[in-house]
Amino acid sequence: MLQFSFSKKLLIWAVCAIGILMAAPNLFYTSVEQSNDAEATLATGVPATPELTAIAGQWPAWMPSALVNLGLDLRGGAHLLAEVQVEDVYAERIDSYWPEVRDALRAERVTIGTIRRQDGADTDLRVRISKPEAMDTALAKVRALASPVASLSNVGATDIDVSAEGADIIVRLSEAERLATDQRTMAQSLEIIRRRVDEAGTREPTIQRQGDRRVLIQVPGIGSAEELKELIGKTAKLTFHPVLSRTSDPDTRVQSRQILLPDAQDQGLFYVLEKTATITGDHLVDAQPSFDQNNQAAISFRLNPTGGRIFGEYTASNIGQAFAIVLDEEVLSAPTIQSHIPGGSGIITGQFDVAESTKLAIQLRAGALPAKVVYLEERTIGPELGQDSIDAGALACIVAFITVLIFMVLSYGLFGVFANIALIINVGLIFGLLSMIGATLTLPGIAGIVLTIGMAVDANVLVFERIREELKGGKNPVRAIELGYERAFSAIIDANITTLIAAVILFVMGSGPVRGFAITLGLGIVTSVFTAIWVTRLVISIYMERRRPKEIEV
Amino acid sequence: MRLKLVPSDTSLDFFKLSKMTLGASALAMIASVVLFFMIGLNYGIDFKGGTTIRTDAQNPVDIVAYRAALEPLGLGDVSITQVIDPAAQLTGATSNVSQIRIEAQEGAEAATVETIKAVKNALIEVDPTMSFPQIDSVGPKVSGELIQTAVIAVVLAISAVLFYIWLRFEWQFSVGAVAALVHDVVLTIGVFSLLQIKFDLAIIAALLTIVGYSLNDTVVVFDRVRENLRKYKAKPLKDVLNQSINETLSRTVMTSVTTLIALISLFVLGGDVIHGFVFAMIWGVIVGTYSSVFVASAILLRLGVKRDWDKIDDGRAGTQFANIDA
Repeated sequence: MLQFSFSKKLLIWAVCAIGILMAAPNLFYTSVEQSNDAEATLATGVPATPELTAIAGQWPAWMPSALVNLGLDLRGGAHLLAEVQVEDVYAERIDSYWPEVRDALRAERVTIGTIRRQDGADTDLRVRISKPEAMDTALAKVRALASPVASLSNVGATDIDVSAEGADIIVRLSEAERLATDQRTMAQSLEIIRRRVDEAGTREPTIQRQGDRRVLIQVPGIGSAEELKELIGKTAKLTFHPVLSRTSDPDTRVQSRQILLPDAQDQGLFYVLEKTATITGDHLVDAQPSFDQNNQAAISFRLNPTGGRIFGEYTASNIGQAFAIVLDEEVLSAPTIQSHIPGGSGIITGQFDVAESTKLAIQLRAGALPAKVVYLEERTIGPELGQDSIDAGALACIVAFITVLIFMVLSYGLFGVFANIALIINVGLIFGLLSMIGATLTLPGIAGIVLTIGMAVDANVLVFERIREELKGGKNPVRAIELGYERAFSAIIDANITTLIAAVILFVMGSGPVRGFAITLGLGIVTSVFTAIWVTRLVISIYMERRRPKEIEV
Repeated sequence: MRLKLVPSDTSLDFFKLSKMTLGASALAMIASVVLFFMIGLNYGIDFKGGTTIRTDAQNPVDIVAYRAALEPLGLGDVSITQVIDPAAQLTGATSNVSQIRIEAQEGAEAATVETIKAVKNALIEVDPTMSFPQIDSVGPKVSGELIQTAVIAVVLAISAVLFYIWLRFEWQFSVGAVAALVHDVVLTIGVFSLLQIKFDLAIIAALLTIVGYSLNDTVVVFDRVRENLRKYKAKPLKDVLNQSINETLSRTVMTSVTTLIALISLFVLGGDVIHGFVFAMIWGVIVGTYSSVFVASAILLRLGVKRDWDKIDDGRAGTQFANIDA
């Protein structure tokens, strides 16, 4: 029907208006972006300076300020796809059980005889006992060391598999523990990479886990992928130092072989430490949030054999003293040694809650990348090339747009103008939607918009051609328009759904720029059907009501 | 005076030469397959692994000198091409851009920092004004997966569409539409083999768009065929098809032309980065328009269609959606 109810009219115009309002900030991209940045800075609690307020005021606060994100290919920057070699960690993990296993077995020396560690696969811990007949006792002892693995899928699983092979005891990480280790390795790697990239201070880096063991890193504005790799490759420095004294004076003079370091949380607290670290991050194998005997949040950590020995000796001779856990020149915490800590594992207690202990554990683990990272894919796009692409894309868009507009008027006269109104609204809606959902615009995405401009007229063309036919068949104008819309409807829907199917598959299967193309193509299909079916029809209906033409020419 | 690309009333016989057009299509498809196996596609690093470096300099591109500079590095197969930007030629702007491609290095996933540094240094010695606005490196592991995903995507898209058309029409329409699709995809691969245009991920996106566009066209024609089959129950299928194509001809041409206008402006002005991509789509629009008439409809004619459209209310599967509209 050509008549629209008032509420329907209102709804259609409201959708158009909202879409265009949402698209508007993109016309003033740079100033809106600066304004958004300034507002974000102010929101973090930075004292307002006149300049900052002025920049924030460049774009009125009551206007929508969401922008279309520009993809890496338009903004310039670096893209890396890294694969974390999660197996690297297994050997180190299993190695760290050796002191415990050794101590447990030594306690049973009378029954099982002497023990000796054997060479074997990296992921196995192989111990030979001199009295194989007591194997059952030995196995029971080692099995007692196993601790439960906390995971959702493997209830009741423990961290190690212990088996016997002749006179050898073989200790391996269990499947559940391997999975848990992989998860930890990935979480750690992501955390470290994120911290490293954040240090560079670029805007909106993307650091995403992909699949089981991959990390996608996209950093706009960085010079090259090599720079990014160097940045990520840098390791955080974790050290344990003996604490000599605490002070609140940042200018405390220290003697040689001593250093003054600030507390990570407490701004007025400083520590005088021995310069030589007792333990370094290289010795740390694992750190996990846990609880102490009083059920207070704590962090358990595990050192490798060398670190374990050093730490054991150090704690034995320094009970009652404090040692500082230092990360990147800041003291994370400075617990007091309660007792001798043998075996290379210990627990850090302090004034923290569960959230803090979890964070601290991650930070401790995040000291160094836990496993080697291999780069599978790397891309660098210079900012000038990105700008060139934007310029070229924008020019192509405008030329395509104007040419299609002219072409439509030449072909359909007044009705061409109606279609053009819809086309303009259509492009506004695409940008509005892109801004609203925070989608990323890429170069192929621009191509998608240009293609949509070409194809968006299709629905209108279908209708207009149909109206022409109906007019030819002798129908009066209003009836011809009604029939035109009615009869073209199934063709419009079928034709657009098939294209939408292709767009959805592209979106699901594609990545990066291809996905950007799928988004604009898909949104373009939806908006073009909306504008063609409702907006043009509404415009035509208004025209027919006002002018009441006896005959129309399409 | 209105611009009319197609006269108001046409009654062309599209099947007069159907033996010839179908034969030509079959021949072109065979040629494409032969080209694909003889010459093969010029796979980009997305699918083959390796590194591409884009150079931009003040001085004209000197491929011979670049090659000589890279020779001592022992990087294996190195290809250097000058990038020609039609937009720059139109405006007379100088563009001294080249694209250097290095094959995947033995034992390394992506190119190492050292390899890229060595290449940069060697080239800067030839031309100190040179900058490197784009460097892409893809390891063989990822490229293998990318091919797999791409093939799955194309197959999925075609099957999904086959299913949708079968749901909305009859199986004969589905076969006709998919034959047209396969025709378009095969010819596109043929032309990419022939012209040795770089075939990368973006081209897969273009292929899928061609699938969508070609269908769009086919579906519009089929929609009219469906309508006319109901209207003229006694008319021979050939005449119904012809009439339907003629009736939709004006729309087919209009839409193709507006889409081509948009694509050509993108091809000329959009920069060389997306040239291959836009080229594939221009080719796809032309081939897709042709195939919806000369392949899809011709096959439909040969397969024949059941004409008892009115008796579909007895609940047979597959057609229950066909009469919700109109």
